[in-house]
Amino acid sequence: MSELQQEPTAVQGEGRWLLGDPIADDRAPDSPIGDRWSDRKFSARLVNPANRRKMTAIIVGTGLAGGAAAATLGEAGYHVKSFCFQDSPRRAHSIAAQGGINAAKNYRNDGDSVHRLFYDTVKGGDFRSRESNVHRLAEASVNIIDQCVAQGVPFAREYSGLLDTRSFGGTQVSRTFYARGQTGQQLLIGAYSALERQIAAGTVEMHPRTEMLDLIVADGRARGIVTRSILTGKIETHLADVVVLCTGGYGNVYYLSTNAKGSNVTAAWRAHKRGALFANPCYTQIHPTCIPVSGDYQSKLTLMSESLRNDGRVWVPKERGDSRPPNSIPEEERDYYLERQYPAFGNLVPRDIASRAAKNMCDAEQGVGPGGLGVYLDFKDAIGRLGRHAVEAKYGNLFEMYQRITGDDPYEVPMRIYPAIHYTMGGLWVDYDLRSTIPGLFVGGEANFSDHGANRLGASALMQGLADGYFVLPTTVPNYLADGPFDPIDESHPAVVEAVESTKGRIDKLLSANGNRTVDSFHRELGQLIWDQCGMARSKEGLEKALDRLPSLREEFWRDVKIVGTGDGFNQSLEKAGRVADFLELGELMCTDALHREESCGGHFRVEHQTEDGEAQRDDENFAYVAAWEYGGEKPGSKPILHKEDLEFSYVHPSQRSYK
Amino acid sequence: MVLTQQRNIVTRTWGSSVGKKFVMAVTGVIFLLFVIAHMIGNLKIFFGQETFDAYSEHLRTLGAEIFGYSGVLWIIRVVLLASVALHMVAAFSLWYKAKRARPVGYQHKGHQGSYAARTMRWGGVIIALFVIWHILDLTTGTVNPDPAGGAYGRLVASFDRPIVAIFYILAMVALSFHISHGLWSGIQTLGGNSAVKQHALKTFSIVVGVVIAVGFAIIPVSVMFGLVR
Amino acid sequence: MRITLRVWRQKNADAKGKMEKYKLDDVEEDMSFLEMLDVLNEKLILAGEDPVSFDHDCREGICGSCAMVINGTPHGPQKNTTTCQLHMRHFKDGDTIDVEPWRARAFPVIKDLVTDRSAFDQIIQAGGYVSVNTGSAPEAHATPVDKVSADDAFDAATCIGCGACVAACPNGSSMLFTSAKVTHLGLLPQGQPERQTRAISMLAKQDELDFGGCTNVGACAEVCPKGIPLASISRLNHDVLGATLAGARAD
Repeated sequence: MSELQQEPTAVQGEGRWLLGDPIADDRAPDSPIGDRWSDRKFSARLVNPANRRKMTAIIVGTGLAGGAAAATLGEAGYHVKSFCFQDSPRRAHSIAAQGGINAAKNYRNDGDSVHRLFYDTVKGGDFRSRESNVHRLAEASVNIIDQCVAQGVPFAREYSGLLDTRSFGGTQVSRTFYARGQTGQQLLIGAYSALERQIAAGTVEMHPRTEMLDLIVADGRARGIVTRSILTGKIETHLADVVVLCTGGYGNVYYLSTNAKGSNVTAAWRAHKRGALFANPCYTQIHPTCIPVSGDYQSKLTLMSESLRNDGRVWVPKERGDSRPPNSIPEEERDYYLERQYPAFGNLVPRDIASRAAKNMCDAEQGVGPGGLGVYLDFKDAIGRLGRHAVEAKYGNLFEMYQRITGDDPYEVPMRIYPAIHYTMGGLWVDYDLRSTIPGLFVGGEANFSDHGANRLGASALMQGLADGYFVLPTTVPNYLADGPFDPIDESHPAVVEAVESTKGRIDKLLSANGNRTVDSFHRELGQLIWDQCGMARSKEGLEKALDRLPSLREEFWRDVKIVGTGDGFNQSLEKAGRVADFLELGELMCTDALHREESCGGHFRVEHQTEDGEAQRDDENFAYVAAWEYGGEKPGSKPILHKEDLEFSYVHPSQRSYK
Repeated sequence: MVLTQQRNIVTRTWGSSVGKKFVMAVTGVIFLLFVIAHMIGNLKIFFGQETFDAYSEHLRTLGAEIFGYSGVLWIIRVVLLASVALHMVAAFSLWYKAKRARPVGYQHKGHQGSYAARTMRWGGVIIALFVIWHILDLTTGTVNPDPAGGAYGRLVASFDRPIVAIFYILAMVALSFHISHGLWSGIQTLGGNSAVKQHALKTFSIVVGVVIAVGFAIIPVSVMFGLVR
Repeated sequence: MRITLRVWRQKNADAKGKMEKYKLDDVEEDMSFLEMLDVLNEKLILAGEDPVSFDHDCREGICGSCAMVINGTPHGPQKNTTTCQLHMRHFKDGDTIDVEPWRARAFPVIKDLVTDRSAFDQIIQAGGYVSVNTGSAPEAHATPVDKVSADDAFDAATCIGCGACVAACPNGSSMLFTSAKVTHLGLLPQGQPERQTRAISMLAKQDELDFGGCTNVGACAEVCPKGIPLASISRLNHDVLGATLAGARAD
């Protein structure tokens, strides 16, 4: 692809990237949207059951997508090798999802349908996702619920004994299935138990506490991975016929996010450096109701359910730098800014708008709490109106969680909230079959870019992870394997040797720096930079500033990082260092992508592109495409190469959002 | 997982940690029934020497037509002895398993669980030692100052020694703890507990434990204070 | 505030460990316990010393990674709270805090406060699932589940597999963990066909892995960060009793 690269012609930010050939998804059938998935399933080739155990599939990550895919391919009889860096597959970060999972069951008879879920998801993604993929997601949603119930997932039920659903994230239908505030946990335990069953049956070989550090691409195909045992530090190779990455998102590039501390981009980034295109890295989602930072030591942010905004009122003091305790600020000196700016939706405006408004208030020095990075979410009126008891019944567990973390009692003092990164829509580019641009490398779940466009709707992440894992990959991976088994390769293959050597070299380089700064201090600096310049609001000027700073930060990192201990054995600083090194590179691509996308859409807000009212302004004329980036090379000054996949909207027609 | 017959019910039960607890629960129930009957019998002491000795004699003639003199009593003794053996072997086996399960202990000792629960093992040992003394003292009379005094005479003679009376009372305190936790624990082991019933069951067990201990301890106290002589 | 830590340091699985003392002068009460350890580790690294290893991931009390015994209590003094959610405001200026790893033969120490809890996965492998293949599921509404059973099953299913129950149990028993899974699946119609074999297989595996036997002390439920009730163990016992009498067995 890179042979035809050229300098971009008339786009701003010239010189930061190269323009490559357009790409396209050639796997979705041309049939009407409702028939595409069944047509594709029928056209997919099958593998003789007797041959399946001769084929090895590597699946990296054991969250909803990876766990479900490993279990399902194991059930089908393939030889599956599953990897996770956690000590058990049950701890993958899917476990932390709270709200629920969407499915077009229409149990409520409230007008829901596969087509409506498809429509809402494309629209919610701000018209930057691929229609074929999203429709398939909506179709699979129905089967997911059946599958999970059969596994014993204890979804909430009504007194009739039937499944309860709720409306979530501002949709007008009640299509969200949930298990109290722990839906992700329950779904993951379901996938995990299916996986453990296959491990017991001998079809899946589990490698916990094992981190993928490189992808082996031999003779044009992904044929294995290089791993490091977190326990012993041993570098190993695992060879296979196909490699599937379900390694989650890259929100931890911001250092402070709602992601788990271990969540990282390393597997995806290694694949990217081996030739897989990385799509839409600048699409990141910010959640408006998180518990704010309390000090420099802050290690992560905790999300609080969005439902709090149903009854809480958001405000800041009218006066700048007003440091009085909230309860002694009189009513007339408070600015209920969401209600003021968005009279129609008030406190219930979508995530991105609520987040940005909070940022604007804090930028105007009206923020509250340490560092002025917070706004109040006040339940006084709700308690007055509904009574403390009713508020407790609705939000008791959230209030408890808030109090546990902050020590403040939200029944007495308003909560302080601030937005935080919690999901990344971008990821490795995949076609309809979830194949990356490297043959034999598939990508599922949050690690791919495919279904959410520029903004993900609430309760859709779990749906996508499980759709990919239970239904899509188990159809498309065998289609690829029908060509196999491929010529066996062994450890002496030059590609294997090279991958192992470069992995070892990287580790040695990290260990030998022996500088003066800890890994976390670099990660914090990187996070702050990306948050400031490529967070809730982005500008050309800021992005360029970040792009100018990042190469030197990276250079400082490799020169000045201090890691105590050795590579052979348990060394948590070394693990972190490898991940931060990759985040440092990813951050640059994110900023480049954000700089090149001269429009605002979904989670990507460019201050230069807003309506008179300060709302996001899309540019469908010029930017209705997926930006899939090719790695430009290690050399200083090398530039990433942009490949565009044009998006067509034949079923859902782009429109502008308004919440005034 | 396939459902097939395996071994016999004895090895099936004894072969698992929960099976051993079943044995302890069932033998515990046997002890409890015995202890309650014993206590009720003991209280006859307040009706005077004649009634008490008659009761003691009655135990021996009970069912004599079928089992002969002392027959039923011996059956009870054998069942109790077997139960003691099973209860203790199971307990020691679980104790050993517990020791094995934690080869390295904590530097900073925590104390979760109730006092009664944590002292079951040593409490059991104390009760076992007490029972040996008790039989030598009041049944066989070996260590009794008045071995030929009949049931009533042996009892009064024994508790006239304050140190013995106090030892007896302390042993009853240990028994009370053992029953307070043991009864509930047995119900839990046999699958009869639930989150809703738990509090009631625990309270019930404590009441049973206290009532039994008081029912027994009232006798040495009465002897000490001269109410029974 | 000033805190003195006494932390179990052990280089690797085979090394002999001991408690090491560290003093921290700048602990803030809004720090989580793990953030306090982060601060310690930053200092240790800059001083060229090996930082304290400990498992942690989500830091919001749901992944079950974090695992340390704080002053003799797994997850520390606050009820229903994992270590990552415990904040320093529960300690006083000048306190000395002892931090140790879970202690059980089945959870050998890997390094410092990190233990190997893969035994829990093995117990699940022995039967902690419903044997249903992907794609073979009937329509979700085909089987109603009464709300009380569904809610109780959920309560048991909230287990995060952290292992605090084992760490607290004077017998080193994993009964609360095993029983939480047996209760979760045993209360649902989907779990009925394998109910007896599940109970007996998981128990057999637990015994085999050198966990201790349960003696109903109740320490497990006291420290469980998710409040799994002790009565779940009674359900497990009930199912095991039924299986024992019926002659069910684990293969």
